[in-house]
Amino acid sequence: MFSLPLSFVFIILLCVSLFFYYYSKRTIVEKASSIGKKAKTLPVYYGQNAFLWSFFPACIFLIFLTVSGPNYIDQIFFSKIQDLNPKFNSSFIDLILSKVINVANGKIETDDQKIIVLANDYLSAFEKFYFYRGLGAVLCCALLGLIVTARQKPSVNARDQVQFFMVSIFFISALIAILTTAAIIFSLFFESLRFFNLYNVFDFIFGLHWSPNVAIRTDQVASEGSFGMIPVLLGTLLISFIAMCVAIPIGLYSAIYLAEFAPSKVRDYIKPTLEILAGIPTVVYGYFAALTAAPFLRDIGAFVGLDVSSESALAAGLVMGIMIIPFISSLSDDVIRAVPQSLRDGSMGLGATKAETVYRVIIPAAFPGLVGSILLAVSRAIGETMIVVMAAGLSAKLTVNPLESVTTVTVQIVSLLTGDTEFDNIKTLSAFGLGISLFFFTLILNIIALTVSRRLAENYD
Amino acid sequence: MSIKFKAEKVDVFYNEKQAINNISLNIEKNMITALIGPSGCGKSTFLRCLNRMNDVIDSCKITGNILLDNEDIYGPNIDPVDLRARVGMVFQKPNPFPKTIFENIAYGPRIHGLASNNKELREIVFNSLEKAGLIDEVKDRLDDQATGLSGGQQQRVCIARAIAVSPEVILMDEPCSALDPIATAKIEELMNEISQSYTIVIVTHSMQQAARVSKKTAFFHLGELIEYGDTDKIFTKPKNQKTLDYITGRFG
Ligand SMILES: Nc1ncnc2c1ncn2[C@@H]1O[C@H](COP(=O)(O)OP(=O)(O)OP(=O)(O)O)[C@@H](O)[C@H]1O
Ligand SMILES: [Mg+2]
Repeated sequence: MFSLPLSFVFIILLCVSLFFYYYSKRTIVEKASSIGKKAKTLPVYYGQNAFLWSFFPACIFLIFLTVSGPNYIDQIFFSKIQDLNPKFNSSFIDLILSKVINVANGKIETDDQKIIVLANDYLSAFEKFYFYRGLGAVLCCALLGLIVTARQKPSVNARDQVQFFMVSIFFISALIAILTTAAIIFSLFFESLRFFNLYNVFDFIFGLHWSPNVAIRTDQVASEGSFGMIPVLLGTLLISFIAMCVAIPIGLYSAIYLAEFAPSKVRDYIKPTLEILAGIPTVVYGYFAALTAAPFLRDIGAFVGLDVSSESALAAGLVMGIMIIPFISSLSDDVIRAVPQSLRDGSMGLGATKAETVYRVIIPAAFPGLVGSILLAVSRAIGETMIVVMAAGLSAKLTVNPLESVTTVTVQIVSLLTGDTEFDNIKTLSAFGLGISLFFFTLILNIIALTVSRRLAENYD
Repeated sequence: MSIKFKAEKVDVFYNEKQAINNISLNIEKNMITALIGPSGCGKSTFLRCLNRMNDVIDSCKITGNILLDNEDIYGPNIDPVDLRARVGMVFQKPNPFPKTIFENIAYGPRIHGLASNNKELREIVFNSLEKAGLIDEVKDRLDDQATGLSGGQQQRVCIARAIAVSPEVILMDEPCSALDPIATAKIEELMNEISQSYTIVIVTHSMQQAARVSKKTAFFHLGELIEYGDTDKIFTKPKNQKTLDYITGRFG
């Protein structure tokens, strides 16, 4: 049978909808002249309306079929195999099914006749599916186009309808963004509930000892495992704090220089450079931290008689700070430049110097935006993993000494979940406990920062 | 009458483009001088030369002399920041800082250290608001955001803000163009009242406004000073044909 690939169906849909675009445009003029009135809006809007209402729903239909179809076919074959031999249990059927699929795709070969038959059936089922999928989408498109075109009246404001359609699309996009976030949080929440069934919440939140090594198989000899997150959280805080100590002043001051004082030529070079720097993968910073910064700090430490561990919070924090500088300065630069020139003129016109203007007018006016950019930077620092893995180590020590090696929440999550893991033991589940606490931690941080900046905000317009 | 500003052969260039061509003009003390002329003729540019606001624009080059009380304001002894404290400016669009009304007025006195304590500062703020004719409207809401006021009130806050620094000269660039007739009338009245103690230079597009408030009027055209004299004379018996055409609305 004639199989229709997705891209081809797409092009047909486009053609059909375009047809209705022109068709609607034509018919509305005729309709209007037949009743001797003018259409309420330009014919173009009737055309757009027909196009939107035929093309997009058909596309959504097509996508829906594409996503759900293969699942459905698998289900049919599942019951087919079951009918062949009712005694099979479901995991065995799954096995056969995957064999069938692999044979059908030519990945493996077999001489089991039954499977070959099934595989052929499977292939033809897919061909049929592709055909009907294409046909269905095109029909849907054409039908909708016809209906919309037929129902269009010169007295109806098509411009509003187009607007309504666009608003719906914007709304749906916003909804998807919110729903997916909510879904992620929910899944995180339920997984962490599983962890908290096995481990006391208070012991987790207030525990001072983190050593997640437990026996995974019953015959293994290992310690009980203890999951107090304070040392890990402290590690995150320590490193983020060091990073922000580096990044906030340098980032902000360089932003102020760029936005207010730098000659435009200098700015033209620095701004793109900053944006490039912000795009460097963190793993690159990671080995800079591990291979350059950490040994350097240790040497300095040895020189002044301090014992700096070869993997230290200081090295990781410093390099993380350097990583974050371009973020803060690039974002803050935009925020500062968004302050209207009239405020600068007003201040200068009163005899203020440029510096006075900056810290008395510009920065207060840009304050909420500046807080926002710093907040983004803090989130990055808290979420940053690579640099810490490479430069700060894995040992969860309860310390605020920046010269020792520490670990962070994200690093622990990674080390708990990498490799072969089963999601049924307390060790791996504890990662979700860490995940949700990180989530709440950043959430609270955001709320505080937003409230503060709203309180201090100076609105200009 | 003593002369406050003496401009001699001033040329202004933006990059290569000449915006002001050889203008010489004396502005008299404690009097309102109006600058009129069609759009783009260089009124704002000239006005901004008087307090060196053009220094902020990189491409702007100025030649010639401008003397304030017989001292060259572009000379080596003059700091543009000090100059702007002596020659204040009010802009076309009201531009209050996004701070409270009180903080807006107190801004200048604070940076110039005009008040030694809070009481003096309050006095300055109240006096300035009084002079700007705004005190009755805002005395109960000095801690509200100035950006929440009406356009006319905002513009008077800006005038009060300029007055608070006790400048000798106030430059106004179309201060009423964003305001309705009533707010305009209030500001004109205010200008009349303060003109005894301040030298005011106002750019305006409204011939009636120039005629109402100013003692002297300068007519600019294409970067040149066409005619300068008593406002009465300019509006009744202009010497130059271009001036006549402009004030009778024959070209714009
Ligand atoms: N920042 C600038 N850069 C380059 N050219 C400028 C700049 N500002 C003004 N000009 C030019 O200088 C000339 C005079 O401008 P100016 O703003 O002084 O006119 P104006 O008389 O105030 O006009 P309007 O009545 O419309 O405000 C105009 O041709 C303008 O294009
Ligand atoms: Mg102007």
